[in-house]
Amino acid sequence: MSGAAFRRAMLADIGGLRARHPQAFAVPLRQRLAVIGAAAAAAGLAIVAMLYLDFSLLRILRGLGRLGEFAALMLPPSPDGRFLAFLQALGETLAIAFLGTLTAALFAFPFAFLAARNANPNPFLRFATKRGFDVLRSVDVLIWALIWINVVGLGPFAGALAIACSDFGALGKLFAEAIETADRKPQEGVTASGGSTLDRLRFGLLPGMLPVLASQVLYFFESNTRSATIIGIVGAGGIGTYLTELIRVLELQQVAFLVTMILVTVAAIDFVSARLRRAIIGPAAR
Amino acid sequence: MTQRIANLPPERARTLAAAYAAAIAGARRRNLAVLAVLLVLIVLAGAMAEVRPLTFLENIRNFTAYLGRIMPPLSPGTLPGDLAAWYWGLPKWTMLLGETLLMAYLGTLFGGIAAFGLCFLATANLVRSRLLCFATRRFLELCRTVPEVVFALLFVIAFGLGPMVGVMALAIHTAGALGKLFSEVVENIDMKPVEGLTASGASWVETARFAVVPQVLSNFASYGLLRFEMNVRGAGVMGFVGAGGIGQEFLVAIRNFYYSDVSAILLMIIVTVIGIDLGTERLRHALLGRESAR
Repeated sequence: MSGAAFRRAMLADIGGLRARHPQAFAVPLRQRLAVIGAAAAAAGLAIVAMLYLDFSLLRILRGLGRLGEFAALMLPPSPDGRFLAFLQALGETLAIAFLGTLTAALFAFPFAFLAARNANPNPFLRFATKRGFDVLRSVDVLIWALIWINVVGLGPFAGALAIACSDFGALGKLFAEAIETADRKPQEGVTASGGSTLDRLRFGLLPGMLPVLASQVLYFFESNTRSATIIGIVGAGGIGTYLTELIRVLELQQVAFLVTMILVTVAAIDFVSARLRRAIIGPAAR
Repeated sequence: MTQRIANLPPERARTLAAAYAAAIAGARRRNLAVLAVLLVLIVLAGAMAEVRPLTFLENIRNFTAYLGRIMPPLSPGTLPGDLAAWYWGLPKWTMLLGETLLMAYLGTLFGGIAAFGLCFLATANLVRSRLLCFATRRFLELCRTVPEVVFALLFVIAFGLGPMVGVMALAIHTAGALGKLFSEVVENIDMKPVEGLTASGASWVETARFAVVPQVLSNFASYGLLRFEMNVRGAGVMGFVGAGGIGQEFLVAIRNFYYSDVSAILLMIIVTVIGIDLGTERLRHALLGRESAR
Protein backbone atom coordinates (compact mmCIF):
# COMPACT_ATOMS: atom_id res chain seq x y z
CA MET A 1 0.00 0.00 0.00
CA SER A 2 1.47 3.35 -0.94
CA GLY A 3 1.72 6.20 1.56
CA ALA A 4 -1.13 8.19 0.05
CA ALA A 5 -3.42 5.15 -0.12
CA PHE A 6 -2.58 4.27 3.48
CA ARG A 7 -3.38 7.81 4.55
CA ARG A 8 -6.71 7.70 2.73
CA ALA A 9 -7.61 4.36 4.35
CA MET A 10 -6.79 5.68 7.82
CA LEU A 11 -8.69 8.92 7.29
CA ALA A 12 -11.77 7.02 6.10
CA ASP A 13 -11.97 5.40 9.52
CA ILE A 14 -11.10 8.51 11.49
CA GLY A 15 -14.29 8.28 13.55
CA GLY A 16 -13.47 4.70 14.56
CA LEU A 17 -9.90 5.62 15.46
CA ARG A 18 -11.11 8.51 17.57
CA ALA A 19 -13.49 6.18 19.42
CA ARG A 20 -10.88 3.49 19.99
CA HIS A 21 -7.95 5.75 21.04
CA PRO A 22 -9.45 8.83 22.65
CA GLN A 23 -6.26 9.69 24.57
CA ALA A 24 -4.28 10.08 21.35
CA PHE A 25 -6.61 12.82 20.11
CA ALA A 26 -7.31 14.94 23.16
CA VAL A 27 -6.05 15.34 26.69
CA PRO A 28 -8.83 14.58 29.19
CA LEU A 29 -10.53 17.72 30.48
CA ARG A 30 -9.58 17.11 34.11
CA GLN A 31 -5.90 16.71 33.32
CA ARG A 32 -5.95 19.80 31.15
CA LEU A 33 -7.66 21.80 33.90
CA ALA A 34 -5.08 20.62 36.45
CA VAL A 35 -2.19 21.77 34.24
CA ILE A 36 -3.83 25.13 33.54
CA GLY A 37 -4.63 25.55 37.23
CA ALA A 38 -1.06 24.83 38.32
CA ALA A 39 0.35 27.23 35.74
CA ALA A 40 -2.13 29.92 36.76
CA ALA A 41 -1.27 29.47 40.42
CA ALA A 42 2.47 29.75 39.68
CA ALA A 43 1.92 32.86 37.57
CA GLY A 44 -0.43 34.39 40.12
CA LEU A 45 2.06 33.87 42.93
CA ALA A 46 4.75 35.39 40.74
CA ILE A 47 2.64 38.50 40.10
CA VAL A 48 1.82 38.90 43.80
CA ALA A 49 5.51 38.47 44.63
CA MET A 50 6.54 41.05 42.04
CA LEU A 51 4.06 43.57 43.43
CA TYR A 52 5.14 42.84 46.98
CA LEU A 53 8.84 43.16 46.18
CA ASP A 54 8.40 46.54 44.40
CA PHE A 55 9.30 45.51 40.88
CA SER A 56 9.18 48.50 38.60
CA LEU A 57 9.73 48.56 34.88
CA LEU A 58 11.04 52.10 35.03
CA ARG A 59 13.76 51.14 37.50
CA ILE A 60 14.72 48.12 35.43
CA LEU A 61 15.05 50.18 32.26
CA ARG A 62 17.03 52.91 33.98
CA GLY A 63 19.25 50.31 35.65
CA LEU A 64 19.83 48.52 32.37
CA GLY A 65 21.06 51.78 30.89
CA ARG A 66 23.45 52.19 33.79
CA LEU A 67 24.61 48.57 33.44
CA GLY A 68 25.43 49.37 29.82
CA GLU A 69 27.59 52.27 30.98
CA PHE A 70 29.28 49.97 33.49
CA ALA A 71 30.01 47.44 30.78
CA ALA A 72 31.66 50.16 28.71
CA LEU A 73 33.70 51.25 31.74
CA MET A 74 34.86 47.66 32.31
CA LEU A 75 36.79 47.57 29.06
CA PRO A 76 39.60 46.90 28.79
CA PRO A 77 40.11 44.79 31.95
CA SER A 78 43.30 45.92 33.61
CA PRO A 79 44.93 45.15 36.98
CA ASP A 80 46.23 48.75 37.28
CA GLY A 81 49.54 47.59 38.68
CA ARG A 82 47.99 45.51 41.48
CA PHE A 83 48.41 42.20 39.74
CA LEU A 84 50.64 40.74 42.45
CA ALA A 85 48.27 41.75 45.23
CA PHE A 86 45.38 40.16 43.31
CA LEU A 87 47.41 37.01 42.77
CA GLN A 88 48.13 36.78 46.47
CA ALA A 89 44.44 37.24 47.29
CA LEU A 90 43.58 34.52 44.79
CA GLY A 91 46.08 32.21 46.48
CA GLU A 92 44.47 33.02 49.80
CA THR A 93 41.07 32.11 48.35
CA LEU A 94 42.38 28.76 47.12
CA ALA A 95 43.99 28.12 50.49
CA ILE A 96 40.68 28.87 52.25
CA ALA A 97 38.81 26.47 49.99
CA PHE A 98 41.45 23.75 50.32
CA LEU A 99 41.79 23.88 54.10
CA GLY A 100 38.05 24.25 54.61
CA THR A 101 37.18 21.25 52.45
CA LEU A 102 39.91 19.09 53.94
CA THR A 103 38.97 19.88 57.54
CA ALA A 104 35.31 19.27 56.77
CA ALA A 105 36.12 15.91 55.17
CA LEU A 106 38.32 14.81 58.08
CA PHE A 107 35.60 15.61 60.60
CA ALA A 108 32.73 14.32 58.46
CA PHE A 109 34.35 10.92 57.97
CA PRO A 110 34.03 9.56 61.53
CA PHE A 111 30.70 11.28 62.16
CA ALA A 112 29.20 9.82 58.98
CA PHE A 113 29.54 6.36 60.52
CA LEU A 114 27.48 7.58 63.45
CA ALA A 115 24.74 8.64 61.05
CA ALA A 116 24.68 5.51 58.87
CA ARG A 117 22.13 2.80 59.58
CA ASN A 118 24.43 -0.15 58.84
CA ALA A 119 27.32 1.15 60.95
CA ASN A 120 25.56 2.52 64.02
CA PRO A 121 22.69 0.50 65.51
CA ASN A 122 21.64 3.20 68.01
CA PRO A 123 18.65 5.05 66.47
CA PHE A 124 18.80 8.04 68.84
CA LEU A 125 22.46 8.77 68.18
CA ARG A 126 21.83 8.32 64.46
CA PHE A 127 18.91 10.72 64.47
CA ALA A 128 20.83 13.32 66.49
CA THR A 129 23.84 13.16 64.16
CA LYS A 130 21.70 13.49 61.07
CA ARG A 131 19.78 16.50 62.40
CA GLY A 132 23.10 18.01 63.49
CA PHE A 133 24.32 17.76 59.90
CA ASP A 134 21.08 19.39 58.73
CA VAL A 135 21.51 22.35 61.05
CA LEU A 136 25.16 22.90 60.07
CA ARG A 137 24.25 22.65 56.39
CA SER A 138 21.30 25.00 56.48
CA VAL A 139 23.37 27.95 57.74
CA ASP A 140 24.92 29.74 54.77
CA VAL A 141 28.71 30.05 54.47
CA LEU A 142 28.48 33.83 54.78
CA ILE A 143 26.62 33.52 58.08
CA TRP A 144 29.22 31.04 59.36
CA ALA A 145 31.91 33.50 58.32
CA LEU A 146 30.27 36.28 60.33
CA ILE A 147 30.08 34.04 63.38
CA TRP A 148 33.73 32.94 63.12
CA ILE A 149 34.90 36.53 62.59
CA ASN A 150 33.52 37.23 66.05
CA VAL A 151 35.69 34.42 67.40
CA VAL A 152 39.05 34.53 65.57
CA GLY A 153 38.92 38.03 64.10
CA LEU A 154 38.88 39.27 60.50
CA GLY A 155 40.91 37.39 57.93
CA PRO A 156 41.16 34.20 55.88
CA PHE A 157 41.30 31.93 58.92
CA ALA A 158 37.67 32.77 59.70
CA GLY A 159 36.82 32.01 56.08
CA ALA A 160 38.42 28.57 56.21
CA LEU A 161 36.56 27.77 59.43
CA ALA A 162 33.28 28.94 57.88
CA ILE A 163 33.70 26.65 54.87
CA ALA A 164 34.72 23.78 57.13
CA CYS A 165 31.55 24.20 59.21
CA SER A 166 29.01 24.34 56.42
CA ASP A 167 30.73 21.55 54.46
CA PHE A 168 30.93 19.34 57.51
CA GLY A 169 27.14 19.13 57.39
CA ALA A 170 26.94 18.55 53.66
CA LEU A 171 29.77 16.02 53.42
CA GLY A 172 28.60 14.19 56.54
CA LYS A 173 25.22 13.60 54.95
CA LEU A 174 26.73 12.48 51.64
CA PHE A 175 29.28 10.19 53.33
CA ALA A 176 26.54 8.61 55.44
CA GLU A 177 24.51 7.93 52.30
CA ALA A 178 27.58 6.40 50.64
CA ILE A 179 28.05 4.10 53.63
CA GLU A 180 24.40 3.08 53.62
CA THR A 181 24.29 2.25 49.92
CA ALA A 182 27.61 0.37 49.88
CA ASP A 183 27.67 -3.19 48.57
CA ARG A 184 26.95 -5.59 51.46
CA LYS A 185 28.63 -8.67 50.01
CA PRO A 186 32.27 -7.89 50.90
CA GLN A 187 31.12 -7.04 54.43
CA GLU A 188 29.27 -10.34 54.73
CA GLY A 189 32.39 -12.09 53.51
CA VAL A 190 34.50 -10.49 56.24
CA THR A 191 31.91 -11.34 58.89
CA ALA A 192 31.65 -14.93 57.64
CA SER A 193 35.39 -15.45 57.91
CA GLY A 194 35.29 -14.26 61.53
CA GLY A 195 36.03 -10.54 61.35
CA SER A 196 34.81 -8.15 64.04
CA THR A 197 32.60 -5.12 63.35
CA LEU A 198 35.69 -2.94 63.02
CA ASP A 199 37.24 -5.45 60.58
CA ARG A 200 34.00 -5.44 58.61
CA LEU A 201 34.08 -1.64 58.25
CA ARG A 202 37.81 -1.47 57.56
CA PHE A 203 38.17 -4.31 55.05
CA GLY A 204 34.62 -4.84 53.74
CA LEU A 205 33.32 -1.29 53.51
CA LEU A 206 36.19 1.19 53.25
CA PRO A 207 37.94 -0.03 50.07
CA GLY A 208 34.75 0.26 48.03
CA MET A 209 33.74 3.57 49.56
CA LEU A 210 36.99 5.51 49.45
CA PRO A 211 36.91 6.39 45.73
CA VAL A 212 33.35 7.71 46.07
CA LEU A 213 34.36 9.85 49.04
CA ALA A 214 37.44 11.17 47.29
CA SER A 215 35.42 12.14 44.26
CA GLN A 216 32.85 13.96 46.41
CA VAL A 217 35.56 15.82 48.31
CA LEU A 218 37.11 16.96 45.03
CA TYR A 219 33.72 18.10 43.80
CA PHE A 220 33.21 20.11 46.97
CA PHE A 221 36.66 21.67 46.66
CA GLU A 222 35.62 22.81 43.21
CA SER A 223 32.40 24.43 44.40
CA ASN A 224 34.15 25.86 47.46
CA THR A 225 36.60 27.81 45.34
CA ARG A 226 33.48 29.61 44.13
CA SER A 227 32.13 30.24 47.64
CA ALA A 228 35.57 31.28 48.86
CA THR A 229 35.67 34.07 46.30
CA ILE A 230 32.72 35.81 47.96
CA ILE A 231 33.58 35.16 51.59
CA GLY A 232 35.66 38.34 51.60
CA ILE A 233 32.44 40.33 51.27
CA VAL A 234 31.95 40.04 55.03
CA GLY A 235 35.69 40.42 55.70
CA ALA A 236 36.79 36.79 55.87
CA GLY A 237 39.74 37.08 53.50
CA GLY A 238 40.50 36.14 49.93
CA ILE A 239 39.76 37.84 46.67
CA GLY A 240 36.24 38.86 47.70
CA THR A 241 37.67 41.63 49.86
CA TYR A 242 39.14 43.32 46.78
CA LEU A 243 36.06 42.57 44.73
CA THR A 244 33.68 44.28 47.15
CA GLU A 245 35.93 47.26 47.65
CA LEU A 246 36.54 47.79 43.94
CA ILE A 247 32.87 47.45 43.02
CA ARG A 248 31.93 50.00 45.69
CA VAL A 249 34.44 52.55 44.42
CA LEU A 250 33.55 51.74 40.79
CA GLU A 251 37.05 50.75 39.68
CA LEU A 252 35.34 48.68 37.01
CA GLN A 253 38.37 47.86 34.87
CA GLN A 254 39.97 46.18 37.86
CA VAL A 255 36.67 44.44 38.68
CA ALA A 256 36.56 43.00 35.19
CA PHE A 257 40.13 41.83 35.58
CA LEU A 258 39.37 40.18 38.91
CA VAL A 259 36.29 38.42 37.54
CA THR A 260 38.32 37.15 34.61
CA MET A 261 40.95 35.85 37.02
CA ILE A 262 38.27 34.04 39.02
CA LEU A 263 36.73 32.54 35.89
CA VAL A 264 40.07 31.25 34.64
CA THR A 265 40.96 29.79 38.05
CA VAL A 266 37.62 28.05 38.45
CA ALA A 267 37.84 26.64 34.92
CA ALA A 268 41.36 25.35 35.61
CA ILE A 269 40.27 23.72 38.87
CA ASP A 270 37.24 22.16 37.17
CA PHE A 271 39.54 20.67 34.56
CA VAL A 272 42.13 19.32 37.00
CA SER A 273 39.60 17.89 39.44
CA ALA A 274 37.60 16.24 36.64
CA ARG A 275 40.78 14.44 35.56
CA LEU A 276 41.65 13.49 39.14
CA ARG A 277 38.13 12.19 39.71
CA ARG A 278 38.33 10.06 36.63
CA ALA A 279 41.73 8.74 37.70
CA ILE A 280 40.39 7.83 41.14
CA ILE A 281 37.14 6.11 40.22
CA GLY A 282 38.16 4.81 36.83
CA PRO A 283 36.85 5.80 33.41
CA ALA A 284 33.76 3.57 33.45
CA ALA A 285 31.87 4.92 36.46
CA ARG A 286 32.07 8.65 36.30
CA MET B 1 36.10 -34.43 56.35
CA THR B 2 39.15 -32.32 56.77
CA GLN B 3 41.93 -32.35 54.30
CA ARG B 4 45.27 -30.75 54.70
CA ILE B 5 46.37 -28.65 51.77
CA ALA B 6 49.89 -29.47 50.73
CA ASN B 7 52.45 -26.72 51.28
CA LEU B 8 53.88 -25.01 48.23
CA PRO B 9 57.46 -25.87 47.40
CA PRO B 10 59.61 -23.32 49.32
CA GLU B 11 61.05 -21.84 46.12
CA ARG B 12 57.63 -21.16 44.67
CA ALA B 13 56.33 -19.77 47.98
CA ARG B 14 59.29 -17.38 48.16
CA THR B 15 58.71 -16.07 44.62
CA LEU B 16 55.03 -15.54 45.30
CA ALA B 17 55.72 -13.81 48.61
CA ALA B 18 58.26 -11.54 46.93
CA ALA B 19 55.81 -10.65 44.15
CA TYR B 20 53.14 -9.88 46.75
CA ALA B 21 55.54 -7.74 48.75
CA ALA B 22 56.55 -5.85 45.60
CA ALA B 23 52.93 -5.18 44.66
CA ILE B 24 52.10 -3.96 48.18
CA ALA B 25 55.25 -1.84 48.33
CA GLY B 26 54.27 -0.12 45.06
CA ALA B 27 50.84 0.76 46.36
CA ARG B 28 52.28 1.88 49.68
CA ARG B 29 54.87 4.11 47.98
CA ARG B 30 52.11 5.74 45.94
CA ASN B 31 49.99 6.33 49.02
CA LEU B 32 52.95 7.84 50.85
CA ALA B 33 53.66 10.14 47.91
CA VAL B 34 50.04 11.32 47.85
CA LEU B 35 50.19 11.92 51.61
CA ALA B 36 53.43 13.87 51.29
CA VAL B 37 51.96 16.10 48.57
CA LEU B 38 48.87 16.67 50.71
CA LEU B 39 51.01 17.61 53.71
CA VAL B 40 53.01 20.12 51.69
CA LEU B 41 49.80 21.62 50.36
CA ILE B 42 48.34 21.83 53.86
CA VAL B 43 51.38 23.66 55.23
CA LEU B 44 51.42 25.99 52.23
CA ALA B 45 47.71 26.69 52.46
CA GLY B 46 47.94 27.12 56.21
CA ALA B 47 50.59 29.77 55.75
CA MET B 48 48.57 31.57 53.06
CA ALA B 49 45.31 31.49 55.02
CA GLU B 50 47.05 32.77 58.15
CA VAL B 51 45.94 29.79 60.21
CA ARG B 52 47.00 30.29 63.80
CA PRO B 53 46.26 27.15 65.78
CA LEU B 54 47.31 28.78 69.05
CA THR B 55 44.96 31.74 68.60
CA PHE B 56 42.31 29.26 67.66
CA LEU B 57 42.81 27.25 70.85
CA GLU B 58 42.79 30.43 72.89
CA ASN B 59 39.69 31.71 71.14
CA ILE B 60 37.71 28.51 71.02
CA ARG B 61 36.50 29.58 74.45
CA ASN B 62 35.17 32.69 72.74
CA PHE B 63 33.14 30.48 70.44
CA THR B 64 31.47 28.63 73.27
CA ALA B 65 31.12 31.91 75.13
CA TYR B 66 29.53 33.42 72.03
CA LEU B 67 27.11 30.52 71.83
CA GLY B 68 26.35 31.06 75.50
CA ARG B 69 25.77 34.76 75.00
CA ILE B 70 23.34 34.37 72.11
CA MET B 71 21.31 31.87 74.14
CA PRO B 72 18.11 33.63 75.10
CA PRO B 73 17.48 34.17 78.83
CA LEU B 74 14.74 31.59 79.25
CA SER B 75 13.67 30.36 82.66
CA PRO B 76 10.88 27.85 83.29
CA GLY B 77 9.00 30.14 85.69
CA THR B 78 8.47 33.04 83.28
CA LEU B 79 8.61 31.12 80.02
CA PRO B 80 5.84 32.89 78.05
CA GLY B 81 7.16 36.32 78.92
CA ASP B 82 10.74 35.31 78.12
CA LEU B 83 9.71 33.87 74.78
CA ALA B 84 7.82 37.04 73.94
CA ALA B 85 10.88 39.12 74.83
CA TRP B 86 13.17 36.86 72.80
CA TYR B 87 10.92 37.05 69.73
CA TRP B 88 10.00 40.69 70.19
CA GLY B 89 10.48 41.33 66.45
CA LEU B 90 8.46 38.33 65.28
CA PRO B 91 6.02 40.21 62.98
CA LYS B 92 8.81 42.12 61.25
CA TRP B 93 11.07 39.07 60.96
CA THR B 94 8.24 36.93 59.59
CA MET B 95 7.58 39.58 56.94
CA LEU B 96 11.28 39.66 56.02
CA LEU B 97 11.48 35.88 55.93
CA GLY B 98 8.42 35.88 53.68
CA GLU B 99 10.18 38.40 51.47
CA THR B 100 13.21 36.09 51.35
CA LEU B 101 11.04 33.15 50.31
CA LEU B 102 9.32 35.22 47.61
CA MET B 103 12.73 36.33 46.32
CA ALA B 104 13.84 32.70 46.13
CA TYR B 105 10.58 31.76 44.35
CA LEU B 106 10.82 34.52 41.75
CA GLY B 107 14.54 33.96 41.23
CA THR B 108 13.97 30.25 40.67
CA LEU B 109 10.97 30.86 38.40
CA PHE B 110 12.65 33.46 36.16
CA GLY B 111 15.93 31.58 36.11
CA GLY B 112 14.10 28.34 35.37
CA ILE B 113 12.21 29.90 32.46
CA ALA B 114 15.44 31.30 31.02
CA ALA B 115 17.19 27.96 31.50
CA PHE B 116 14.26 26.18 29.81
CA GLY B 117 14.59 28.46 26.81
CA LEU B 118 18.35 28.14 26.58
CA CYS B 119 18.94 24.48 27.43
CA PHE B 120 17.71 23.17 24.08
CA LEU B 121 20.24 25.38 22.31
CA ALA B 122 23.10 23.95 24.38
CA THR B 123 22.56 20.29 23.43
CA ALA B 124 24.59 18.54 20.77
CA ASN B 125 21.78 16.15 19.81
CA LEU B 126 19.16 18.78 18.92
CA VAL B 127 21.25 21.64 17.55
CA ARG B 128 23.11 21.22 14.30
CA SER B 129 25.22 24.37 14.60
CA ARG B 130 28.26 23.65 16.78
CA LEU B 131 28.92 27.36 17.15
CA LEU B 132 25.47 28.06 18.65
CA CYS B 133 25.85 25.14 21.02
CA PHE B 134 29.31 26.28 22.11
CA ALA B 135 28.26 29.91 22.59
CA THR B 136 25.20 28.98 24.68
CA ARG B 137 27.26 26.70 26.87
CA ARG B 138 29.89 29.36 27.56
CA PHE B 139 27.17 31.90 28.31
CA LEU B 140 25.53 29.56 30.84
CA GLU B 141 28.94 28.91 32.37
CA LEU B 142 29.56 32.63 32.82
CA CYS B 143 26.15 33.01 34.51
CA ARG B 144 26.82 30.29 37.06
CA THR B 145 30.51 30.84 37.75
CA VAL B 146 30.13 34.42 38.97
CA PRO B 147 28.59 34.06 42.47
CA GLU B 148 25.13 35.54 42.88
CA VAL B 149 26.33 37.92 45.61
CA VAL B 150 28.73 39.49 43.13
CA PHE B 151 25.89 40.04 40.65
CA ALA B 152 23.88 41.51 43.50
CA LEU B 153 26.71 43.89 44.42
CA LEU B 154 26.91 45.17 40.85
CA PHE B 155 23.14 45.41 40.45
CA VAL B 156 22.72 47.28 43.73
CA ILE B 157 24.83 50.05 42.27
CA ALA B 158 23.00 50.02 38.93
CA PHE B 159 19.39 49.53 40.10
CA GLY B 160 19.47 50.77 43.68
CA LEU B 161 18.86 48.86 46.91
CA GLY B 162 16.00 46.41 47.37
CA PRO B 163 14.72 42.87 46.86
CA MET B 164 14.25 43.30 43.09
CA VAL B 165 18.02 43.31 42.75
CA GLY B 166 18.30 40.13 44.78
CA VAL B 167 15.76 38.41 42.54
CA MET B 168 17.67 39.41 39.41
CA ALA B 169 20.96 38.14 40.82
CA LEU B 170 19.39 34.84 41.89
CA ALA B 171 17.68 34.48 38.51
CA ILE B 172 20.90 34.90 36.53
CA HIS B 173 22.77 32.41 38.65
CA THR B 174 19.85 29.97 38.53
CA ALA B 175 19.63 30.25 34.74
CA GLY B 176 23.29 29.27 34.46
CA ALA B 177 23.13 26.37 36.89
CA LEU B 178 19.79 24.95 35.72
CA GLY B 179 20.62 25.49 32.04
CA LYS B 180 23.55 23.11 32.39
CA LEU B 181 21.57 20.45 34.29
CA PHE B 182 18.61 20.74 31.91
CA SER B 183 20.77 20.38 28.82
CA GLU B 184 22.36 17.25 30.29
CA VAL B 185 18.89 15.78 30.79
CA VAL B 186 17.98 16.63 27.20
CA GLU B 187 21.16 14.99 25.91
CA ASN B 188 20.20 11.73 27.61
CA ILE B 189 16.71 11.41 26.10
CA ASP B 190 15.46 8.61 23.90
CA MET B 191 15.97 9.93 20.34
CA LYS B 192 13.31 7.75 18.69
CA PRO B 193 10.39 10.19 19.22
CA VAL B 194 12.58 12.95 17.79
CA GLU B 195 13.29 10.86 14.71
CA GLY B 196 9.60 10.04 14.37
CA LEU B 197 8.56 13.67 14.43
CA THR B 198 11.37 14.73 12.11
CA ALA B 199 10.31 11.98 9.69
CA SER B 200 6.72 13.18 9.70
CA GLY B 201 7.86 16.70 8.86
CA ALA B 202 7.58 18.54 12.17
CA SER B 203 9.38 21.83 12.63
CA TRP B 204 12.20 22.20 15.18
CA VAL B 205 9.92 23.82 17.76
CA GLU B 206 7.27 21.12 17.27
CA THR B 207 9.91 18.43 17.70
CA ALA B 208 11.10 19.98 20.94
CA ARG B 209 7.53 20.41 22.19
CA PHE B 210 6.16 16.93 21.42
CA ALA B 211 9.22 14.69 21.39
CA VAL B 212 11.53 16.20 24.02
CA VAL B 213 9.48 18.07 26.62
CA PRO B 214 7.27 15.12 27.69
CA GLN B 215 10.38 13.05 28.36
CA VAL B 216 12.24 15.62 30.41
CA LEU B 217 9.55 17.54 32.28
CA SER B 218 9.61 15.59 35.54
CA ASN B 219 13.40 15.74 35.72
CA PHE B 220 13.28 19.48 35.05
CA ALA B 221 10.77 19.96 37.85
CA SER B 222 12.91 17.95 40.23
CA TYR B 223 16.02 20.01 39.46
CA GLY B 224 13.98 23.21 39.72
CA LEU B 225 12.83 22.26 43.21
CA LEU B 226 16.40 21.44 44.23
CA ARG B 227 17.46 24.87 42.99
CA PHE B 228 14.62 26.53 44.89
CA GLU B 229 15.97 24.94 48.05
CA MET B 230 19.44 26.36 47.34
CA ASN B 231 18.01 29.75 46.43
CA VAL B 232 16.22 30.01 49.78
CA ARG B 233 19.64 29.72 51.39
CA GLY B 234 21.14 32.19 48.91
CA ALA B 235 18.31 34.70 49.33
CA GLY B 236 18.89 34.63 53.08
CA VAL B 237 22.26 36.36 52.69
CA MET B 238 21.32 38.75 49.86
CA GLY B 239 20.63 41.39 52.49
CA PHE B 240 24.35 41.45 53.35
CA VAL B 241 24.95 43.55 50.24
CA GLY B 242 21.65 45.44 50.44
CA ALA B 243 19.62 43.23 48.12
CA GLY B 244 16.61 42.59 50.38
CA GLY B 245 15.34 39.80 52.58
CA ILE B 246 16.15 38.85 56.14
CA GLY B 247 19.94 39.11 55.68
CA GLN B 248 20.05 42.84 56.34
CA GLU B 249 18.36 42.47 59.70
CA PHE B 250 20.61 39.55 60.59
CA LEU B 251 23.76 41.45 59.66
CA VAL B 252 22.70 44.40 61.82
CA ALA B 253 22.03 42.07 64.76
CA ILE B 254 25.47 40.44 64.45
CA ARG B 255 27.43 43.65 63.88
CA ASN B 256 25.74 45.48 66.74
CA PHE B 257 25.99 42.53 69.16
CA TYR B 258 22.22 42.19 69.72
CA TYR B 259 22.90 38.70 71.02
CA SER B 260 19.43 37.32 71.60
CA ASP B 261 18.26 38.70 68.23
CA VAL B 262 21.05 36.76 66.52
CA SER B 263 19.85 33.47 67.94
CA ALA B 264 16.20 34.31 67.28
CA ILE B 265 16.73 35.14 63.59
CA LEU B 266 19.23 32.31 63.08
CA LEU B 267 16.75 29.82 64.50
CA MET B 268 14.02 31.13 62.19
CA ILE B 269 16.30 30.79 59.15
CA ILE B 270 17.39 27.27 60.12
CA VAL B 271 13.82 26.09 60.71
CA THR B 272 12.65 27.58 57.40
CA VAL B 273 15.50 26.06 55.42
CA ILE B 274 15.07 22.62 56.98
CA GLY B 275 11.30 22.76 56.45
CA ILE B 276 11.76 23.61 52.79
CA ASP B 277 14.42 20.92 52.39
CA LEU B 278 12.03 18.29 53.74
CA GLY B 279 9.08 19.54 51.67
CA THR B 280 10.92 19.70 48.37
CA GLU B 281 12.54 16.34 48.99
CA ARG B 282 9.12 14.73 49.28
CA LEU B 283 7.85 16.47 46.16
CA ARG B 284 10.95 15.44 44.23
CA HIS B 285 10.64 11.81 45.24
CA ALA B 286 6.98 11.86 44.22
CA LEU B 287 7.87 13.35 40.82
CA LEU B 288 10.76 11.00 40.09
CA GLY B 289 8.91 8.00 41.50
CA ARG B 290 6.09 8.55 39.05
CA GLU B 291 8.64 8.78 36.28
CA SER B 292 10.31 5.45 37.06
CA ALA B 293 6.96 3.73 37.61
CA ARG B 294 5.85 4.49 34.07
